[in-house]
Amino acid sequence: MTRLAARVAGRIITGFAWLITAVRAVWQGSAPLPDQRIYFANHRSNGDFILIWSVLPTVLRQRTRPVAAADYWLAGPVRRFIGRDVFRAVLIERNAEDRRTDPLRTMLEALERGDSLILFPEGTRNMTESPLLRFRSGLYNLALANPDVDLVPVWIDNLNGVLPKGRLVPVPLLCTVTFGASLRLADGEDRRAFLDRAADALLSLGAAA
Amino acid sequence: MSAAAQDLLRLLAGIGLLLAAATLLARLLRRRAARAGGSATVENLNARIDAWWGMVIVLGLAFLAGRTGVVVLFALVSFAALREFVTLCTRSRADHWALAAAFFVVLPAQYVLVWQDWYGLYTIFIPVYAFLLLPVIAVLEGDTKSFLVRIAETQWALMICVYALSHVPALLSLRITGFEGRNVLLIAWLVVVVQLSDVLQYTWGKLFGRTPVAPSLSPSKTWEGLVGGVLSATLAGTLLFWITPFGAAQAAGMALVVTLAGFCGGLVMSAIKRDKGVKDWGHLIAGHGGFIDRLDSVVFAAPLFFHLTRFFFSTV
Repeated sequence: MTRLAARVAGRIITGFAWLITAVRAVWQGSAPLPDQRIYFANHRSNGDFILIWSVLPTVLRQRTRPVAAADYWLAGPVRRFIGRDVFRAVLIERNAEDRRTDPLRTMLEALERGDSLILFPEGTRNMTESPLLRFRSGLYNLALANPDVDLVPVWIDNLNGVLPKGRLVPVPLLCTVTFGASLRLADGEDRRAFLDRAADALLSLGAAA
Repeated sequence: MSAAAQDLLRLLAGIGLLLAAATLLARLLRRRAARAGGSATVENLNARIDAWWGMVIVLGLAFLAGRTGVVVLFALVSFAALREFVTLCTRSRADHWALAAAFFVVLPAQYVLVWQDWYGLYTIFIPVYAFLLLPVIAVLEGDTKSFLVRIAETQWALMICVYALSHVPALLSLRITGFEGRNVLLIAWLVVVVQLSDVLQYTWGKLFGRTPVAPSLSPSKTWEGLVGGVLSATLAGTLLFWITPFGAAQAAGMALVVTLAGFCGGLVMSAIKRDKGVKDWGHLIAGHGGFIDRLDSVVFAAPLFFHLTRFFFSTV
């Protein structure tokens, strides 16, 4: 029953996203294949993962889970239903002081089960003029533990214009989601060097979009 | 079945035959091109013709659904077009509520007025009231950077995508003696002649085009294409005079006016695309680009056609 409701709700949410943004996937450098992957994207809007999720072909979507904040998605029954049942989000606890689970541990468990992840390595929504914030270490740690998983950069264009922070009514604008060539951690690559390389790969997609 | 419905079905059957012939020809060309390794132009031609089937079917269904169907269809098309236009506009966060109002208040209101047949208000609603009101909403947010550019581009978006386009369904409200119940044919005639002119200009241009009309704007718009396309589309519009309230000569004059206006629309909208650095307005109509790519000519022709018909033929 919950699964059926979740599927219907998923359709409604992606349908609404399409109505407002006519979102289009641009596969440029990687193909929509059902391999295990970590999609890492720029983050400016709460709807970012919905957009990525809705342009993935169904077979991929069923195995792809967004990484999201537990404190947000567990607050209240509606969010809990959407976060847990519809998007099957990997919910991580952000606050280091009072958390009981380790975010990295939670993400690694999801990868061990064979699921793909959608991750925002900036760690928070980017509210600045700069196109991308400095990456946190999470992406590096996941890559280190999963050397065989492809890391696919994903640039989301225009969604921040659709629904800026604090606005309830969206402005319809065309959005694109661009998937770039995948990358992996090189042998002995330093943490910062790897994170910079990943950020550059993402930024170059944004510059072309 | 009413005489209007019969004429409409006759017209749709004719278009269906034309498209069937085009589809056959395009598939043959594709087969020939495949032997030479394929051709992007032929693929695009096939995609365009396939999309034409979709557009004719949707428009045909709206015609059969009557006044409400036509108004709702054009409201939805306006929405898609406005979304494409605003995506390219200069915007800031401060425009959020003004733009939301453009989409969710001004656009529906315009089409409700057209549906209600409130001519006095729908002809001034966007040029006067949206024009004055939306900048007020924007200015309340306090951001003055590029303010004039922002409000001007928003107004342009509404004028093109909503106001001008709404003159197509507005044709349903004209009252022409001896033409009662047949107004939907005015829309059919306008759309067929203007779109046929686009297709024929493209075809004449591809076959004989040499001299560009505006070299800095578009190398594909040529004098040969323009003259050939406009004259042949005018001929087609003249031959279709039996579905209009016009005599043959009047239909010829109208066809010439709307095809020339349509050409101007293509030119102006191309200039905006060039200014904004894009090739197409959108991607939703396979082979054609966006809604505005397909409608630029209709947008410029519709108000002119509406007012000429209203002034010379209508009793209201």
